[in-house]
Amino acid sequence: MATVKVNQLAKDDLFWQIDYKHDRCTLCGKCVASCPFQAIEAKVEKRRKVVSEDITPNPKVYFQTIPVIKQVISEYNFCRGCGICEKVCPNDAIKPVRNSDHRFQAKYRATVADPFKRGGRSNLETDGRTLDKIKVGRISQMTDPSLDAQRHTFDMRAPFGRVLAPDEIPLEVDSSGRLVLKNNLPPVRWIYPIIIGDMSIGALSWRMWEALAIATAYLNEEVGIPIRMCSGEGGVPVRLLKSRFLKYIILQIASGHFGWNRIVNAMPHMVEDPAGVLIKIGQGAKPGDGGLLMAKKVAKHIQEIRGVPKADLLSPPNHQGLYSIEESVQKMFLSFNAAFKFRVPVAIKVAASATSVSVYNNLLRDPYNIVGGFFLDGIDGGTGAAHEISLDHTGHPIVSKLRDCYKAALHQGKQGQIPLWAAGGMGKNWNLAADAFKMICLGANGIFTGKLMLQLAGCVGNDMGKCNACNTGLCPVGICTQNPTLVKRLDIDKVAENIVNYFIAVDHELKKLMAPVGNSSLPVGRSDALISTDKSVAERLDINYAC
Amino acid sequence: MCRIGAIKSKEYIHPSVALRLMRSQQKGHDNSGFAMIMQDLGGVFEGYKGLPILSMACTDEGIKIAEDILHKKGFVRLFQWAPQVFPKPGLKIEPMPNYVFQVYQYPKLYNYAPQEEKEELLVDMRLAIRHELETQDLGYVYSFWPDVLTLKEIGDPSDIGEYFNLWEENDHFKAKIITAQCRQNTNYDIVRYAAHPFFLQGYTALANGENTFYEKNKNLQKKLYKGYIGFESDSQCFLYTLHYVHKKLKWPLIYYKHTITPIPFEELSQREDGHILANIRASLAHLEINGPNTIIGVLPDGTLFTCCDSKKLRPVVVGRDENTVVITSEVTGINDILPNRNWQDDIYPGEREMVVINDELEVVRWQQ
Ligand code: SF4
Ligand code: SF4
Repeated sequence: MATVKVNQLAKDDLFWQIDYKHDRCTLCGKCVASCPFQAIEAKVEKRRKVVSEDITPNPKVYFQTIPVIKQVISEYNFCRGCGICEKVCPNDAIKPVRNSDHRFQAKYRATVADPFKRGGRSNLETDGRTLDKIKVGRISQMTDPSLDAQRHTFDMRAPFGRVLAPDEIPLEVDSSGRLVLKNNLPPVRWIYPIIIGDMSIGALSWRMWEALAIATAYLNEEVGIPIRMCSGEGGVPVRLLKSRFLKYIILQIASGHFGWNRIVNAMPHMVEDPAGVLIKIGQGAKPGDGGLLMAKKVAKHIQEIRGVPKADLLSPPNHQGLYSIEESVQKMFLSFNAAFKFRVPVAIKVAASATSVSVYNNLLRDPYNIVGGFFLDGIDGGTGAAHEISLDHTGHPIVSKLRDCYKAALHQGKQGQIPLWAAGGMGKNWNLAADAFKMICLGANGIFTGKLMLQLAGCVGNDMGKCNACNTGLCPVGICTQNPTLVKRLDIDKVAENIVNYFIAVDHELKKLMAPVGNSSLPVGRSDALISTDKSVAERLDINYAC
Repeated sequence: MCRIGAIKSKEYIHPSVALRLMRSQQKGHDNSGFAMIMQDLGGVFEGYKGLPILSMACTDEGIKIAEDILHKKGFVRLFQWAPQVFPKPGLKIEPMPNYVFQVYQYPKLYNYAPQEEKEELLVDMRLAIRHELETQDLGYVYSFWPDVLTLKEIGDPSDIGEYFNLWEENDHFKAKIITAQCRQNTNYDIVRYAAHPFFLQGYTALANGENTFYEKNKNLQKKLYKGYIGFESDSQCFLYTLHYVHKKLKWPLIYYKHTITPIPFEELSQREDGHILANIRASLAHLEINGPNTIIGVLPDGTLFTCCDSKKLRPVVVGRDENTVVITSEVTGINDILPNRNWQDDIYPGEREMVVINDELEVVRWQQ
């Protein structure tokens, strides 16, 4: 008898175990064909069968070799629980089952001697979401009548750009008693209070990215929702840079500066200014880390857009050559403002952390007035790829940090001057409007959202370790991959339609929340409209406690 | 709801007119108070036009504290006047022991001081007195400003009138501008400071409504100027915004309306001055008001105006004859005191409108 190989990876070590019913399986092969991870394969098994063919019982034993579908046991081709096999199986014969006793990450590290990487989200949900413990508690009744969400008009716009204090605006009273401007002002764009957050082309498939761009343009031009989309690090297709749709796109620059030479080259040919520039310092999902795009996803067109060879693309954790806030303001903000002749607002994105407030305070005091927004990304922010250790164990929840920043501005009497945009888990409970409204009441000018867009497009992953294979270049639904076969699974028009529809609904819902508190413009900082059913949350955020 | 009113006349008028204006709108309030501010004073105060008048309601000790603070700074009391009171059993009123109206001369040191400096001094003095009265619970100081007199009392307006003998017209207590409010207190404790009108450096404001952006307004205003304190009522914010926009920023009055009820973004883009208005909107987003409100205001030069929130959910009407203009919550009030006016000339301001009455009593309607 052979030695029992207890140290080898076994089925019971894996995250997911395939539940296969061979009696229902007709061996159509669809599951094997559609599993992008090659986590299942066609194999044969030796089966014992007892049959009796006579009139009286006369059992005979046959041994047969029959084809079956088997799970692959491997550190590389392991089942992600994405459920695609189940989706495609015509006979209900196969499905992944969560294995609560798995020990995969330990086995993986022990074998591969490398950190476990994945995409998706933080998978250590310890408690319910803070935003879900907050309700809109101040409902207008008779003294301040509520509005009619269907009939009243609502002025839902948020500033993107540096807002000056009133006594700093160079105004003069002319002979007719009107104020006139003596000088130019920093640019401010009034946009929808929800931005489609920065997900790079590269992290996303070109079809997914195109679907987002189409949805953005459609929402602006056909629906009248002035939403903006941020490019993410990694460049923008030249065709888009030269098109009139650029005005809906916020260009991102991150520490890797990927794609920026193409943007710079396209500048003379731009017919529209971009909606803004977002300098990414940090992100919520892997704070303190730069970007991470695995070579598997650096397809030819990505190489072209980013101007890189096929290799793992690791953005450094910080912008090289910048070691202080002051320096950043001088070098980075000035150069990007100057690049677009001071017509395009330039904002910054940092990961929520204990130091966010200091950064924000410092920017508020910046004498150049050129920082056009503070984007704060919390621990629940999504990503195309990261080390699991970062996803699960680093970062700061967004809600209290947003509140701290707002209060810091309030303390200086400068609220609103550098608009606050916050994200990280927005729409995680599928209700983006509720999250946006609560964040705005707590002091945000607006929010940004990313992962929810992937869910709308058909991402099958979740926060409990399902799929989370965005880093592999094998996204089974064509969202986070450059593999042409997989990308084809994504129906661009359908995805765009879903996103457009979702935002139309969100727009209704935002009004449905503004109407009962009687507000026709955004209730930024109206924390009196909120209550919390959790005492510690109420105390920490300085809102009313209700029970 | 509260009822608010303002009367501006070419001749000096007696507070009984304001009381009548309020009484005919009695249904709208709950007797939690009556307050009024008189500006451009006649009667016994007519001879002291340029000199600050201290208006207080306080205990004996309160008077002493206030006087000490002022004397120490060098103010000299020139004249004092107290309304005669007529306590009667059954009057619904919670009077203070003293109602003080004292005229002061500026400290000698300030003889050649610029106007601005004197104005700051007056605010400092009032804040110092208020602070002392408040810490020791000795009373209330409402205004300390030339040619202005403030009276605030808790109780039934009719009874308050009787207590101070305000129903009976006489010649010593008159003014050309009187603003008044009868309260319906819903939100807060019934405190004297919470009763409108509010006053700061020649600016008066009173409002009927609910400021749903109170929290935002207050949070920003607290940092803007030392005089923006108290916030006993959500409507106090409207005074501070008025003061900030007109006095601190020195913007013309129309920009007050642009600040509190900014024009929707879609319309801004169509306007020639859209760029400027958008900047103002961005900069002063926290001073916007979004609840139902009617505001009446008086500027230091006596200009009277009214405007509403952008949904116009609270009533206001302006009526006039050749000598008097009245702005009030309900037309019944005007009918009572100007029965012979041409009511067809009454103005019901719209949500985008500001009605401004200058010193010659010309009425200007200004569309946002
Ligand atoms: S659940 Fe997904 S990864 Fe697992 S076998 Fe099925 S298709 Fe493959
Ligand atoms: S479906 Fe694609 S995007 Fe969603 S978790 Fe899986 S790999 Fe990531």
